[in-house]
Amino acid sequence: MPTIVVEVMPKAELLDPQGKAVAGALTRLGKTRFSAVRIGKRFEVTVDGPVTDEVLAEVTELANDMFSNSVIEDVVSITVAPDVAPAPQPDLAVSVETTDAN
Amino acid sequence: MRIGVITFPGSLDDRDAQRAVRLAGAEPVALWHGEHDLRGVDAIVLPGGFSYGDYLRCGAIASFSPIMAEVIDAANSGMPVLGICNGFQMLTEAHLLPGGLIRNELGSFICRDQKLRVENVNTAWTNQFEAGAEITIPLKNGEGGFIADAETIARLEGEGQVAFRYLEVNPNGSINDIAGISNARGNIVGLMPHPEHATEEGFGPDTAAAMRSGVDGLTFFTSAIHALISA
Repeated sequence: MPTIVVEVMPKAELLDPQGKAVAGALTRLGKTRFSAVRIGKRFEVTVDGPVTDEVLAEVTELANDMFSNSVIEDVVSITVAPDVAPAPQPDLAVSVETTDAN
Repeated sequence: MRIGVITFPGSLDDRDAQRAVRLAGAEPVALWHGEHDLRGVDAIVLPGGFSYGDYLRCGAIASFSPIMAEVIDAANSGMPVLGICNGFQMLTEAHLLPGGLIRNELGSFICRDQKLRVENVNTAWTNQFEAGAEITIPLKNGEGGFIADAETIARLEGEGQVAFRYLEVNPNGSINDIAGISNARGNIVGLMPHPEHATEEGFGPDTAAAMRSGVDGLTFFTSAIHALISA
């Protein structure tokens, strides 16, 4: 079944205490080439049926109204997962990574 | 006078809020998140806790509860609504109050008796305080940093919608030491510290007079009763 991926990040201008804590750990590990870490969220929404414009519009609305809070976060991307978009041809099924497990 | 306290999955302080309502002299009414029924209450408390395990964002999933449709209608028509801690987070998620609450600046959960200044005594939940009163009530949260864009902060400060400010210590990095705010009308108030835990001698914060004798939180609930009587 198709999956739509929504990515949400804390607003750039806000302090991200989680990212800051990880960045601090990197410093303590001697990983000095990394100056900052920011941590966001990835939602994988499985759809019953094909991904139509209507479905994408509904997910976009959910992304803005529920998956994120526009006061503190930004929706940075909404994409259809590439590995499940086209149905594999029967004679190619062995060689492609997409399987029935999807 | 009937004051409803809504229990959500993961609410912790609903019983304490009911007790506070009773100690203030009103009748507490238990309300359930999954119903579309406010049972005819005169005011509503959204209690503290960890609704839905703080999944998604604190208070976010609870703000989509069935009963929140009725809470939003009642709040918009002027009913006194108090959001404490997780309840404050729900009020911001439901857009009944502006701004948002993010993880504490230092990343850790903080539990302490917190000194506050009451900045606005013209709300449904603060009208029995003296202007500028300094009070102490417990604070306990992991995500209590109040933030909003500069325009919203300017409006909150300019219109007197900052209801409470942290004194001595800003425990979570809140902008302008903001501990709690109200809507423009003053019927909706949200704050991170917990007034319901400072309503009975023997169970409140320490005071200069005696251990655990602090009852500064009781005035939130007597204020609501006063607001309802004089309405």
